[in-house]
Amino acid sequence: MEKFGFTVMKERHIDYDSNDKRIAEYINEREPSFRICIECGCCSATCTTGNFTRFSLREIHILLKRGENDMVREQIMKCMLCGKCILACPRGVNTRNVIMLAREAFQKITRNAV
Amino acid sequence: MQFDPFIIPFNIGLYFILIYAVVRSVRWFMNLSRPDKLRLQRGFFGRAFGQSLKEIFMESLIHRKILKSNFRLGYMHMSLAFGWFLLILFGTIEADFFGERHLNPPYKAIFFKFFNPEHGRSGFEAVYSFWMDFILAFILSGLLLAIIKRFSSKVVGMKKTTKLRVLDKVALASLWLIFPSRLLAESFTSGVYESGSFLTGSLGSILASFLPARELAYPFWWLYSLSLGTFFILLPLTRYMHIPTELFLIFARNSDIRTGDRSGAFDEIQIHSCSSCGICIDACQLNFSAGITNIQGAYLMKGLRNNDNVNDIAHNCLMCGRCDDKCPVGIELTPIRMISRRAGETQPLKTTLWKKYLPDVRNTAPVKASDSHLYEWLQSPEPSQADIVYFAGCMTHLTPAIKNSMKKILEACGVSYNFIDEYGGVCCGRPLMLAGQDKEARELINYNSRLIRKTGARILVTSCPICYKVFKESYYLDVEVLHHSQFIKRMIDEGSLKLRFLRRKVAYHTPCELGRQSGVYEEPKDVLKHVARLQVTEFEDNNSLCCGGSLGNTRISYHDKNRIARYAAAKLTQGNPDMLVTACPLCKKTFASATDTRVADIAEIVEEAIMVPQPKINPRKKSREPAII
Repeated sequence: MEKFGFTVMKERHIDYDSNDKRIAEYINEREPSFRICIECGCCSATCTTGNFTRFSLREIHILLKRGENDMVREQIMKCMLCGKCILACPRGVNTRNVIMLAREAFQKITRNAV
Repeated sequence: MQFDPFIIPFNIGLYFILIYAVVRSVRWFMNLSRPDKLRLQRGFFGRAFGQSLKEIFMESLIHRKILKSNFRLGYMHMSLAFGWFLLILFGTIEADFFGERHLNPPYKAIFFKFFNPEHGRSGFEAVYSFWMDFILAFILSGLLLAIIKRFSSKVVGMKKTTKLRVLDKVALASLWLIFPSRLLAESFTSGVYESGSFLTGSLGSILASFLPARELAYPFWWLYSLSLGTFFILLPLTRYMHIPTELFLIFARNSDIRTGDRSGAFDEIQIHSCSSCGICIDACQLNFSAGITNIQGAYLMKGLRNNDNVNDIAHNCLMCGRCDDKCPVGIELTPIRMISRRAGETQPLKTTLWKKYLPDVRNTAPVKASDSHLYEWLQSPEPSQADIVYFAGCMTHLTPAIKNSMKKILEACGVSYNFIDEYGGVCCGRPLMLAGQDKEARELINYNSRLIRKTGARILVTSCPICYKVFKESYYLDVEVLHHSQFIKRMIDEGSLKLRFLRRKVAYHTPCELGRQSGVYEEPKDVLKHVARLQVTEFEDNNSLCCGGSLGNTRISYHDKNRIARYAAAKLTQGNPDMLVTACPLCKKTFASATDTRVADIAEIVEEAIMVPQPKINPRKKSREPAII
């Protein structure tokens, strides 16, 4: 390969080939409204957990769709399922179900059940 | 001894079902927890016994609750249950009285006409057979309704009827065959011997006039016996298991046994007591507003009976509790649903025929959550001391008008209070519980408990019915929990809060979690009557509708939620009120996008009515002022 003198910055590198999109697919199948999210961030703005931590549902949505699950695995357990995000969502995404399905999928993947 | 081979199927069925009922009851009793066993024993030899007998008569035979709410449907159930009971009772008396000898085996009563075809010609015998014919006609009228209901449920005043499995259909067909075959068998026999009363006698003579009645009677007696036998043998595998189970359930319930939060023998008894009558389907808003017709209580019970994976059914429910209230058997549908939610996904069991008749008690112990603490990152602040703690709740923070109003009300009352989650609090834990994650919820409950204990408060006021319910039931705190409507009512009664009357028409929507689930109906209405003209709506108190926004349902789409909200809002605003008032921030938020009428929380309207002390103006002083010329 030709070297142009540029380096790949690992932390900014989205490698779609090695990313695991099984979880996003699992959610897509069961909660079609996952697709219509526009990543506006209203959910993150209103979030109860987000008030205390760096937890952001918007970020989780983006990461899941990219298939970068490792960063989501820990974060997603912080949600309290209080449901404010559903009311704030301008697109009508069923965010609570997205979270619950993602948790379910992570559990199933560790058991190789997906 | 009189005997004929055609009675064999009936006898096999009857003795099978009697032995089976005893075996099953003993198994249920053995599987009850120890305290429940003691309760049942105490109930059996105590007051509960008489109560239960009365309830069995009123509910299992007469079907009083169904009759009250829907006469035609009640009549259908009553004629089949009570009519059949009368037929057996008077049939036994008839066989004992007019038969060859006393104390006959059961088949003598059932096939009395076959063995005593000459009976019922004159005198008292004729009167008695008139009565027996009358009972048969009573049952047949109900049966006719039942058959029509299968094809058009609107006839009996129901919108939907329960969909059945194959086995249920076979049992249903055999049940339907029992009474017409009895009618025809008795009619043919009466036709031959010229006996029988108004129904069997006249039908018999008509049929005998153009048919060979003597030859035809015998096959119909066989059919009668076969359909009875088939029905009894299939009964344990179908929804008709509710007939024997309901008796056990009534005794257990009157002995103060409740579902609680664990699966076990009692919830198994309840599952088998469901007759799939479909009243819960009619009561369900998901059915009549959103067109979701496969998740109602009857289907949950059916799924659990057949060991299916009911995870999807269990989660697709608003948990509004309307069906609990309407269920004529009194099955605690919502607690059973919660148990199913906690159980998570289950594998459908592969069972043998033997196992189907005597299934093991369902073991739906929740999957053990990991020991890692999910919410360890929560830091506990040091709240200041106060008598009254105000906990707004997540949803109230999303509707700031409510919390601002509450602040003003609390200040107007002149009480010292601590707004504990003013700068963001932690969820109360109820949403996690509703999602079946009790262990996680417990962490939040512990956190909030510690926080409230530190304030040393006596009273906890909350604006959200969801929080109210969990504070009341799952927090072990030594404080009095009040919903803000209760608090306002108390302040008005004490005279701390002076309100003026607003000339407004308002309609009140009872939130599910506050009304049906916590039993707070009167206080919010009293407060509203104090400040405005309260309209009476079609859906009051325990008949109130759900706004659709419930956190209980994680599966429902935004679109369906909105349909439910629009329907409920339209019904509540039929009297054109100036305002639709509710006592729940979630209901307010949901209704706001579903109606043109202004939606407000009870706190907002009270805040508007607070009397501001006017500076006193002395009229004399005014007159002394020099006039400007």
